[in-house]
Amino acid sequence: MSDSTSILRDQVAQAAGRSSPLRIVGGNSKHFYGNPQPCEYETLKTGIHSGVMDYAPEELMLRVRAGTPLAEVKSLLGQEGQMLGFEPPDFGGNATMGGVVAAGLSGPRRPSAGSVRDFVLGITLLTGDATVLSFGGQVMKNVAGYDVSRLMTGAMGTLGVILDISLKVLPRPGEELTWCRRADAAADESLLGQLRRNGLGLSATATVGDRFYVRASAEADVEGDVVDGALWDRLANQQLSAFEGGNLWRISVPRTAPTFMEQAAVVEWEGALRWLLDPAEDPRQTFAGAGVSGHATLFRSDEGDRDDRFHPLDPLVGQIHRRLKQQFDPVGIFNPGRVNWYSNAN
Amino acid sequence: MDQPFDDDAALIDVYSPADGAREIQMTPDKAAFVKALHSLCGDNMITDSARLAVYETDGLTAKRRLPWIVVKPGTIAEVQAIVKLCHTHSVPIVARGAGTGLSGGAMPHDEGVLLSLARFNRVLSVDEAGMTARVEPGVTNLGITAAVQHLGLYYAPDPSSQIACTIGGNVAENSGGVHCLKYGLTVHNVAALKVVSPEGDIYDLGSEALDAAGLDLLALMHGSEGMLGIVVEVTVRLLARPPSVCVALAAFADVASAAKAVGDIIASGILPAGLEMMDQLAIRAAEAFVHAGYPEEAGALLLCELDGTPTDLKRLAVRMEALLRDSGSTGVTIAWDEAERARLWQGRKAAFPAVGRISPDYYCMDGTIPRRALPDVLNEIGALSTAFGLRVANVFHAGDGNLHPLILYDANKTDELQRAEAFGGRILELCIERGGTITGEHGVGAEKIDQMCIQFTDDERTVFFGVKACFDPTGILNPGKAIPTLSRCAEFGAMHVHRGQEPHPELERF
Ligand SMILES: Cc1cc2nc3c(=O)[nH]c(=O)nc-3n(C[C@H](O)[C@H](O)[C@H](O)COP(=O)(O)OP(=O)(O)OC[C@H]3O[C@@H](n4cnc5c(N)ncnc54)[C@H](O)[C@@H]3O)c2cc1C
Repeated sequence: MSDSTSILRDQVAQAAGRSSPLRIVGGNSKHFYGNPQPCEYETLKTGIHSGVMDYAPEELMLRVRAGTPLAEVKSLLGQEGQMLGFEPPDFGGNATMGGVVAAGLSGPRRPSAGSVRDFVLGITLLTGDATVLSFGGQVMKNVAGYDVSRLMTGAMGTLGVILDISLKVLPRPGEELTWCRRADAAADESLLGQLRRNGLGLSATATVGDRFYVRASAEADVEGDVVDGALWDRLANQQLSAFEGGNLWRISVPRTAPTFMEQAAVVEWEGALRWLLDPAEDPRQTFAGAGVSGHATLFRSDEGDRDDRFHPLDPLVGQIHRRLKQQFDPVGIFNPGRVNWYSNAN
Repeated sequence: MDQPFDDDAALIDVYSPADGAREIQMTPDKAAFVKALHSLCGDNMITDSARLAVYETDGLTAKRRLPWIVVKPGTIAEVQAIVKLCHTHSVPIVARGAGTGLSGGAMPHDEGVLLSLARFNRVLSVDEAGMTARVEPGVTNLGITAAVQHLGLYYAPDPSSQIACTIGGNVAENSGGVHCLKYGLTVHNVAALKVVSPEGDIYDLGSEALDAAGLDLLALMHGSEGMLGIVVEVTVRLLARPPSVCVALAAFADVASAAKAVGDIIASGILPAGLEMMDQLAIRAAEAFVHAGYPEEAGALLLCELDGTPTDLKRLAVRMEALLRDSGSTGVTIAWDEAERARLWQGRKAAFPAVGRISPDYYCMDGTIPRRALPDVLNEIGALSTAFGLRVANVFHAGDGNLHPLILYDANKTDELQRAEAFGGRILELCIERGGTITGEHGVGAEKIDQMCIQFTDDERTVFFGVKACFDPTGILNPGKAIPTLSRCAEFGAMHVHRGQEPHPELERF
């Protein structure tokens, strides 16, 4: 529980002075995600900068330092009957809040409640020239200046070191149940439609092999067996055997698109998130076709040296990315190479 | 970059309809530009001052300025061609939707082109199963819901201006409404944008998928006030209509006890679909205007909407009624049927025009504060109202802590506009002092430029300029708005004391 801003600032200033790269690490729980980085990079550890700065349950607002463990935040919110609406995965339990926001990965509740960036209210940032800047704030609505805090969400630490984060939190919903039944695309889709229309608190879905799982308000009368809701945690953290393989691709598509629906090992998010194991071809080729929207990421790979794991960007969008990188991290010290958005190939 | 807003006095009443044709210094380059623009736009180009006058102001009517030229393209290709031409000739471009913005965001540039998106008013497609709609930027907010309601769907963010304001303007301001406590702002309900760059090229941000590759430029575009790109298509997410809804109307003796009830409701774990407050002046104005049946003797009213399944809602309504009474409400009415709910909401939705009836002019402010500061800040606004000698009506999004003090003034009386602006500026500074922000949903525009100097440091504002340059390197999109230059802030800082301190320099003068 301490404020280590000055230590982190000094480390960044020195690294910038020497133009030497920094690998930003919180709990290292998502080390597998993103392109591999040379091990000689110096590590900047955000774990030393931790602690809850402000938590006001009646404001639905939480402000924490980046190194605060996700587990600590979950239990704190739980005591007040609240939660992080985006149900982030913790991949092994050491995740920190800085990493949660930097990676921008949301869990099973995402389609109904929103994604990480939807809940970010403000961020304090350490930029490449070692200045500390604040964007956004602690209030629910704020349009003063550009929304830099949401820009940092999912930026994989490539634009700066997140020092602290203010988040909107949600009250826990009333009692929810999880049902399991035999997957049947048409019947499952019509069930989702019914749950939505009747306001029955649809909050997660998954198709794993021939099983379809759905979570909704206990009031819903779903045909199927009621099963343990702990499933969703195992799903978010990819602890199900269906995720085991060499190359795991994350496919994000419009929920009703046919893209890879048949081949997917696991389907989440009411259809919008599909996981593909060891496809014969790079799935990104599929998206080159006209009218196929979405993107694919090589999420985990046993080919350690794959450095093109993220989807290529449109050339114009890629140009804006390179300029933003230059703006926030002019010397290029933050997590170089972790993502492939800034290369000229884009 | 030039700073057209450095001399605010010059902005007021620069145009009088009696003026003849506008005098523009015609250089050969400008003449060539006008000729080329005319060949692109034909009849959809306006240059005569009588017709230009329609565009001289947005919803912030205190700031007016005639544009040089107005164009009204009808296709994306036309927008691209116009923007490319402006880029070549370094002519500033200000995009405009319906012109309902309340911070002067769409206020024209006197040597620039005002690009009206009004003709882009078609709903392009609706994907019922995917629950999205693809629309042109000039479609009105309510027009989207109108196009999908037969499917049991709707578009959630509902600014009070929803019959008029456009989705393009909503994106540019990240607009909210009375239902954003539960359903979010524009940024939470938009899936994708098609954007024309200041060079006239086109790119897509987002898609119907739930996330996109790369940095979240889609979020960054929201609230960017037409300064990063021209939005030419918007894909919105739709929601299913909730099966049942009820609205509680609770009367309180004063704003402080109503504000306390707001905190109590949220702390109890109930997340209302909407939670709005009105003070006595607003209640009386609304009642006189629409006869919604509000108790006129009440010091404050809360309107609290709940939605959910019928069973769930019955239970919640009982809990909420008890909560409201425990927090000191002097009377609670709950409306279940649609007509009755609409009647209760009508007073709130008509509050701005209602206040417009009791005063020649009003100035709408838009700060957000942490909810816990509500009682204090409302009391201080009351004290400032006395000090400045101007009445103020409060009607606002209490659940979000988003204040909308309406300062009543008469522009025809010497000094009153300046006094109203000074009072407004003081309210915004109060919001910053209490940990809030100078704008919750109306944007900075041409209006809150000075307060940006207080909310952000020089380094932070430098980053904003940097971000702008990543999208618009030559700075032709809506120049001079939203972000003050360092020199402007230095000048402003000489007159005001910064962050944390509590000066009341204006007060001595009144
Ligand atoms: C009576 C009244 C009530 C209101 N209530 C609310 C409310 O409850 N909540 C709320 O949030 N706001 C409210 N507003 C403010 C206003 O309606 C919103 O800001 C609205 O989003 C503006 O939309 P518009 O189409 O009128 O935009 P305009 O005023 O025309 O433009 C606003 C800004 O958007 C830019 N812009 C417009 N279209 C585009 C485009 N296609 N691409 C890029 N930039 C563009 C303009 O350059 C300008 O900076 C209210 C206003 C009035 C008059």
